[in-house]
Amino acid sequence: MSFIRPFSKLAPALASLTISGFSSFSSRGSDWPQFRGPDSTGVATDAKISESPKIDWSVPLPGRGLSSPIVVSGKVFITCASGPKQERLHLICFNGADGSKIWERELQATGRTMTQAKNRVASCTPCSDGRRIFAIWSSNDMAAFDLEGNLLWMRGLTEDYPNASNSLGMASSPIVLGETVVTMIENDSESYSLGLDANTGRNLWKLDRPKSVNWTSPVSWRADAKSQPVALLQSSKGLLAVDPASGSRLWEFAKGGSSMSSSVVADGIIYTPSNGITALSPHSNNAPPTEVWNSKQINPNTISPVVLDGRIFSINGAGVISAADAKTGANQWKLRVVGPFSGSPVGAGTRLLAVNEKGLAQIVDTTAPSGAVIGKLQLPLNEETKEFVLCTPALDGEHVFVRSDSALWRLGK
Amino acid sequence: MKAFLTTLLLASAANLYGAVDASLNTLAAVGREGAGNEAASAAWKEVVRQGPSALPALLAAAGKGSPVADNWLRLAADVIVENALRAKQSLPLKEVEAFIADTAHAAAGRRIAFDLLQKADPARANALEPSLIQDPVQELRRGAVQRIIDSAKTQNAGDAKACYLRALDAVRDEDQTRFLTGELKKLGVPVDLPKHFGFLMKWNVIGPFDNTDRKGFDAVYPPEKEIRLDAAYEGKGQQVKWASFESADEYGKLDFNKPFGMQKEVTGYAVTTFDSPDERDAELRLGGKNAWKVWLNGALLFGRDEYHRGQQMDQYKLKCRLKKGANTILVKCCQNEQKETWTVEWEFQLRVCDSAGTAILSAKADVK
Repeated sequence: MSFIRPFSKLAPALASLTISGFSSFSSRGSDWPQFRGPDSTGVATDAKISESPKIDWSVPLPGRGLSSPIVVSGKVFITCASGPKQERLHLICFNGADGSKIWERELQATGRTMTQAKNRVASCTPCSDGRRIFAIWSSNDMAAFDLEGNLLWMRGLTEDYPNASNSLGMASSPIVLGETVVTMIENDSESYSLGLDANTGRNLWKLDRPKSVNWTSPVSWRADAKSQPVALLQSSKGLLAVDPASGSRLWEFAKGGSSMSSSVVADGIIYTPSNGITALSPHSNNAPPTEVWNSKQINPNTISPVVLDGRIFSINGAGVISAADAKTGANQWKLRVVGPFSGSPVGAGTRLLAVNEKGLAQIVDTTAPSGAVIGKLQLPLNEETKEFVLCTPALDGEHVFVRSDSALWRLGK
Repeated sequence: MKAFLTTLLLASAANLYGAVDASLNTLAAVGREGAGNEAASAAWKEVVRQGPSALPALLAAAGKGSPVADNWLRLAADVIVENALRAKQSLPLKEVEAFIADTAHAAAGRRIAFDLLQKADPARANALEPSLIQDPVQELRRGAVQRIIDSAKTQNAGDAKACYLRALDAVRDEDQTRFLTGELKKLGVPVDLPKHFGFLMKWNVIGPFDNTDRKGFDAVYPPEKEIRLDAAYEGKGQQVKWASFESADEYGKLDFNKPFGMQKEVTGYAVTTFDSPDERDAELRLGGKNAWKVWLNGALLFGRDEYHRGQQMDQYKLKCRLKKGANTILVKCCQNEQKETWTVEWEFQLRVCDSAGTAILSAKADVK
């Protein structure tokens, strides 16, 4: 069955773009279940990034946000926030094939909704274990739903811990490891990280954390495929590894870290934004990790790095992609692309995709001697409202999902 | 047989209502840190299963528990309405409208009721909205105010002015107020913003005390132990005394840099007396980007040790109980060590209002 989605009313520029029918389900990939996808790597091993993407469909969103969409079983889940103070919190489920809305849930913020101008209340990306969706907003309201939109549990973390907030806005995205939802509520005042029971939302553990703003997200590491994952909590102090089931502290790397750019794990190595980038090799006996290399020349700034095809890539705010050897940290090339950027790049195969703040999606061939932009697509943003794109895209087979304050797009080939 | 069936039906109805009430009570009872979540999850499904018939009781249950509990109820109402619309099932909209109209109901319930009316029958909600212009719930009157603002834009200056004044009487949201103030100013009508919002303008201030290494936030300086306006104390490197200070800012900002100079790693205090005609519930709403604490009649209401992350009106809403007569409001405001140009502010703004944001004015103008 083919389905032609009506044009969005966003901008006349949309008329100049080709709208194609949706792709069949066979081009759907594995889930993209959290911020930066499977295992927070920013990479989908079974996805393909087209060098000539086109907009398949777009749908308007009822509120603002910069959280990434996630994809579970062909459904796209996205948060946003509406109202004069962004106090109405939305979680919406769309059909990934045609953008039709399947369900929408709305709750009222019980915590503070103040953010700085560029941040949003819907800044944290939800996560999923394939059966449930766990969503949190900057107001520290958290809710869990099944895939049909039935409410499973809810927490108002500012009701519980009144001084846990950030007037600039929170942005850390949770992850779910086994039956634990790991979420970081770190800020200048009442700062902590939580392990919540995925079934009930009750605290399994609560760790006091450095009293310092922190917009990074937890990631996981495991010694091998049979081992239990370890949760990595990053802060300006460094990295703390904890057992997600109990919250027990396992090891610590305390040489500092970014409060904005999150770590990435690839092939057992943790690449953490610390003094540039530091590559760490943890040990299964919980001894402190070995530092494999450090490069101050790779500066991820606010953007999280990606490891792809043996290289580590980062983009600085101005729009320079740095590529380095993932094994040694040795610089390989730098490529200027059109910035500025707030969202992190994602990758598949040997290609990177990054969407800048002005909605320009750029596809980079990382095998070219100095990297090369091989494709671009301009999203039709509303110039009158100075709309911008701050989210990190999501990959699903041959499709890319990206959002702005007002719309969700699916890009295809 | 007929009597038996009637009895059976009545018993079933009683059981159903009993089941709904029990489920609603479970939702209203969710506590801190997810207490009650397991039971609430099952109860939520039961309430949704009951469908539209559960809505009146659901609305009545809102406001009995915490705001988190209200969200459980809100989401149940949402799904009931969504399911009913999809199945073309009727909803008790007459009862919902009556619920909204009765301001004796809890604010949370009335807000949920209006939202579900908007979803189920937008035309009906649109027709009702203008009547909410003076509603005790701040969120409910916003739409009615906006209608007046929008209508004024198409009118001549004289009629527009009348519209804007009518809207000003009702407005409680800052963004709408700023717009109205701007438009009225263009039309030659000044607005007394401090009076409109209830900002406290007249204070006695003392400082600086020390805040080196941000330790001043927790340090207990003399104003936290006693308010003696003729006292002198040892401050940071100097003797300090209370002095009167009046804000000239139309949004009530008290700038400690003015009496004390632009200093770093210091703490200041401001105290005022607020005269309430009655004992009553109120809110102290504070905005500020420095670390602060607020006491009411000697009891600490709240404190926050965050610096220079942003400031806005009504940033913090502190629920309190004013006593009849004189109430002492003490504010502690700390400046830290940061040197960036955007960290020079050492100030706060504070207003007294009800839960709708309506200003509560002190019965006495002078500060003692």
